[in-house]
Amino acid sequence: MQVTIRSMLTACFVFSALLGTGAEAVAAQKKAPKKAVTQVCNPDPRGQILALSCASCHGTDGRSVGIIPSFYGKSPEYLEAALKDFKSGARYSTVMIRHAKGYSDEEIRMIAQYFGTVWQKNK
Amino acid sequence: MSQKFSRRDFNKLLVSGVAGSALGIFGGVRPAYAAQNRIVVIGGGFGGASAAKYLRKLDSSLSVTLIEPKATFYTCPFSNWVLDGLKNMEDIAQTYTVLKNKYGVNVIADSASSIDAAKGTVTLKSGKVLNYDRLIVSPGIDFKWNALEGYSESVSNSKMPHAYEAGAQTVLLHKQLLAMKDGGTVLICPPANPFRCPPGPYERASLVAHYLKEKKPKSKIIILDPKDKFSKQGLFKKGWEKLYPGMIEWRSVATGGKISKVDAAAMTVTTDFGVEKGDVINIIPPQQAGKIAVDAGLTDASGWCPVNPITFESTIHPGIHVIGDACIAGAMPKSGFAASSQGKVVAASIIRLCQGKVPAPPSLVNTCYSLIGPGYGVSVAGVYKLTSAGIVEIPGSGGLTPMDADDDHLNEEATFARGWYNNIVQDIWG
Ligand SMILES: Cc1cc2nc3c(=O)[nH]c(=O)nc-3n(C[C@H](O)[C@H](O)[C@H](O)COP(=O)(O)OP(=O)(O)OC[C@H]3O[C@@H](n4cnc5c(N)ncnc54)[C@H](O)[C@@H]3O)c2cc1C
Repeated sequence: MQVTIRSMLTACFVFSALLGTGAEAVAAQKKAPKKAVTQVCNPDPRGQILALSCASCHGTDGRSVGIIPSFYGKSPEYLEAALKDFKSGARYSTVMIRHAKGYSDEEIRMIAQYFGTVWQKNK
Repeated sequence: MSQKFSRRDFNKLLVSGVAGSALGIFGGVRPAYAAQNRIVVIGGGFGGASAAKYLRKLDSSLSVTLIEPKATFYTCPFSNWVLDGLKNMEDIAQTYTVLKNKYGVNVIADSASSIDAAKGTVTLKSGKVLNYDRLIVSPGIDFKWNALEGYSESVSNSKMPHAYEAGAQTVLLHKQLLAMKDGGTVLICPPANPFRCPPGPYERASLVAHYLKEKKPKSKIIILDPKDKFSKQGLFKKGWEKLYPGMIEWRSVATGGKISKVDAAAMTVTTDFGVEKGDVINIIPPQQAGKIAVDAGLTDASGWCPVNPITFESTIHPGIHVIGDACIAGAMPKSGFAASSQGKVVAASIIRLCQGKVPAPPSLVNTCYSLIGPGYGVSVAGVYKLTSAGIVEIPGSGGLTPMDADDDHLNEEATFARGWYNNIVQDIWG
């Protein structure tokens, strides 16, 4: 197997982007689709990967079958505000505050964008 | 277990199939990806079933085959509740019908007997050979049967169950508890770290205590622990004092908790401090990655599988991804929640790789609820990301139920534990 210097450099760049350096944030911002419609068909991969874990408590696509609140069908704006309120403690919670504090405001926006639009494809 | 990226690991990452196929270093981006992307998943538990479902949910052009010998999968989560009589075995039974019929996963009721990483094939017990382009291995744990003198698989099936894989083992331990006389002693013997579900043995002690307090109040529980501390220790001890005062005794390694031998005929265990007799003895043996992972050479000296933390691709065999309890996932505990979170990351990553694109950096989550009593729940939560030190918990996030949580809070967490179970099994198998 031969790895050229050029590909090594590309790989280094990609790797550092994956590790969450500034490059990643810039790339994510550039990539973030503006229109919800694009998001539905081809979700932002970073938003998707951030969002998928939420389903373990809140149900697939945020559609809860139990007592834990459902957020299926909510708008990106609603979800972003709710997550930020959990993070700041403005909204009372037992568990959500511990989760919300794990995400930057930008990541919260991406999660909200994902769940705020994913349900539209089922319409 | 911490993972540091050494220069060597970094170079490995560069030349692994991940960096290679993602960047098209070796022979360019795969062109007609839908036609040749056969994903095989070994194990239909928390990790494997999540990966299979989400691969198909996120990209229905993929061909996904799931190999799982059990027609009914009993979840370990909530199996402690069965011991207390709060749940029945039917309540913790999951099947593969929805994965098959709704998500189009090709479910094969068989077990994988060998993997040929060079050829890209899996041979099943039936003799059938499957070709894969990418393989996901999520076989859970295997017990180190030889680690404890006197203990064996047959002892576990007759006298001293582990009940650390749910099913017949859970039923056996439950029956023994039902048959025990009032005033009996239950011994619970957890292993050293790392092991599946770090709070599991202590939730078990709690719920067994709840049953005993109601039905056999003169009985007691002794936990013989080879550790000097355990998961959610402060919260458990506080709960035990409040709900079951004097009933549960925890002995640490320093106070004779380490057991070196068991005698199934005499129903005793030997510790550094002497011999302890039990009416019910629950031995949770030390563990390693599931047998197929060991046989396929996916494990390192620790007995667990080292993986690239971006895609969970084995650092030993490219093209094979290991998730769940079997893998070494940095700061993440071995839990069903973690396994499912990893299953989704692996699904999203494989889809990107199949498209010749770079996978997104992983974001992983865990929440482990433990019930101390039916209306008394506690939890530990964690949000994880990848740094140059491997998968680490994000500072300031996660953590435990506060020590000063009031009754309403604890009751809400107990309710959420039930809600969590309903949603996670629906998210994986439903
Ligand atoms: C008492 C107890 C309580 C727990 N409570 C919780 C909890 O509340 N929350 C939580 O998040 N976690 C909990 N856990 C932990 C959780 O059960 C595990 O972490 C989780 O099951 C790991 O998922 P996995 O996919 O790695 O393995 P598993 O879920 O064990 O799945 C492995 C599957 O692979 C199959 N398999 C193995 N070998 C082969 C082969 N060769 N071919 C084909 N198939 C194969 C097996 O049949 C099995 O179905 C608990 C565990 C215990 C023991």
